[in-house]
Amino acid sequence: MTERKYLAGEFFMSGDDACAEGAISAGCRFFAGYPITPASEIAERMSERLPEVAGTYIQMEDELASLAAVLGASWGGVKAMTATSGPGFSLMMENLGLGIMTETPCVIVDVQRGSPSTGLPTLTGQGDMMQARWGSHGSYSIIALSPDSPQELYDLTIRAFNLSEKYRLPVLVMTEAATGHMYEKVVIPPMNEIEVVHRRKPAVSAGEYLPFKPDADLVPPMANAGEGYRVHITGLTHDERGYPAMTAEAQDRLVRRLVDKIERNRDDIIDLEEDRIDGAEVVVCSYGISARVSRIAVEQARSEGIRVGMLRLITVWPFPEDRIRDISEQVRAFVVPEINYGQISLEVERCACGRTKTVLVPHMGGGVHSPGTILEVIKQVAR
Amino acid sequence: MNTATTNRAGHPLDPYLRTERMPHIWCSGCGLGLVVNCFLRGLIQSRLALDKVVVVSGIGCAGRAAGYINLDSFHTTHGRAIPFATGLKLANPELKVVVISGDGDLTAIGGNHFIHAARRNVDITVLCINNFIYGMTGGQVGPTTPLTARTTTSVGGNIDQPFNIPYLAAASGAAYVARWTTAQVIRLQKSITEALLKNGFSLIEIITPCPTYYGRMNKQRTGLEQMKYYRDNSIVKSGIDPKHAGIEFNGPIIVGRFVD
Repeated sequence: MTERKYLAGEFFMSGDDACAEGAISAGCRFFAGYPITPASEIAERMSERLPEVAGTYIQMEDELASLAAVLGASWGGVKAMTATSGPGFSLMMENLGLGIMTETPCVIVDVQRGSPSTGLPTLTGQGDMMQARWGSHGSYSIIALSPDSPQELYDLTIRAFNLSEKYRLPVLVMTEAATGHMYEKVVIPPMNEIEVVHRRKPAVSAGEYLPFKPDADLVPPMANAGEGYRVHITGLTHDERGYPAMTAEAQDRLVRRLVDKIERNRDDIIDLEEDRIDGAEVVVCSYGISARVSRIAVEQARSEGIRVGMLRLITVWPFPEDRIRDISEQVRAFVVPEINYGQISLEVERCACGRTKTVLVPHMGGGVHSPGTILEVIKQVAR
Repeated sequence: MNTATTNRAGHPLDPYLRTERMPHIWCSGCGLGLVVNCFLRGLIQSRLALDKVVVVSGIGCAGRAAGYINLDSFHTTHGRAIPFATGLKLANPELKVVVISGDGDLTAIGGNHFIHAARRNVDITVLCINNFIYGMTGGQVGPTTPLTARTTTSVGGNIDQPFNIPYLAAASGAAYVARWTTAQVIRLQKSITEALLKNGFSLIEIITPCPTYYGRMNKQRTGLEQMKYYRDNSIVKSGIDPKHAGIEFNGPIIVGRFVD
């Protein structure tokens, strides 16, 4: 049997499988997870693929343990990932906070399904978008990416790893059942064509090293366990040595930096796809599978003479506040289709700040919008 | 080391401690200092390369141990020290990963992780410090509080059966299981060395005084009284089935190495 190490070429592949291959391409060599529909295929593929590339797969007893193991593995010096869906994502909120506070690079994939609670396990949804932003307690900033195809699940999983290593935090890939279970052509480029980022290592000796002293970009270099730096890492508020510091001043310094290291690098992190926004009177703003459906409605509207543009959020968090603000100066309305009862639409409305109206096109989950539903709303607001 | 600012005389174990973090937060009479002392001596005896030894703690009084030991150390979330340690060990098998945490952390909120790590026989060492109570939060009843013992949330006496931790670990598949109290420091140190050198999941339960809460609520007002109780009531029964090592209120404490 020939061992598959690195796959390159064109494949007919599901989104979940493409996500797993993206992780392998990015250098992920550890996966801990717990079975959950519709994300299980990512775990299955990783359990098969990781041993082929000298990586480790472990199936944990729940999602609390899965993310805890991923954080541990990352401190062991290995790029690590987990994948889940809503119910498991809820359980991961605890250790997501630990990952933020301890600045631990890793990737969490959420293949969203109908919710709340057990909801619609096999059917699609986009109900976890605000949970991705605010789900763990406390003030922090997060990075979340939203792919609209199996190809982009491959591409954005690589990008998620790169951003997590660069900015030292858990990065979220917020996909959904419709994309995870979709089969399409996926092109995996030769290994040498893929940009792979690794965490910055300390430039000073163990005696001089302060684990949470940031460089100019506000990100501290990271020593892994076992490298002789004798680090202490805690979820408590800590000083630059990593030691607990129970004061308002230490809290201000640390939490402000955890937020600022993302917010001040928005230009590097935010990725948008724009289509004919100049001169548009209506802009459809969407993400993931809903953006795919929206595109059909936009084409139909334009063929009927309506000046409508499209803004697809590839990076959902941090939210592209400035761009929404700019567009709000020129359009009559934003139309926001999403598979929930209004989450990202609230952000659009916040940034539009009364300059233009924001119209949510909700879908409670279990399917995607009909393009006709979105078209109808575009027509109403353009009138 | 920073002895001048903390006004401490030098201690033989200072090189293994983050002395700049002293004084520690533990109450006078607490047994956690003894546990750290025994752990470091057991570790030195094991001759493991210290740069490859990592301590992982959960949350609670015992969870603070990681922060005082001068090794790579991680103070994680409540109950999740074991799965964090599992990931760390699997990612870098060169490391010797030791979990030091409390009975509430490891067997209540982290109970599921405890049994599954034992079932998988993950190659980590777990020191479970049992003070029969939640100390950090003010002395509430826990999964090991003996039947009828008083706590701040069981003022009329605990109505629930406690866990027998060695029995739980052994039944779940642990490769090494022992229980000692802080009154058996030499046996405890030796046991820690054995556990560190054991291949597979090793567990030592360490019965530890908490005069501030457990002692005060149960007529053992000082750490010394609790230590005397351990000394006078511990019975060494190595090799017995830990099924027979349950702890009753004011009863004998069966100690020893049960599984190896």
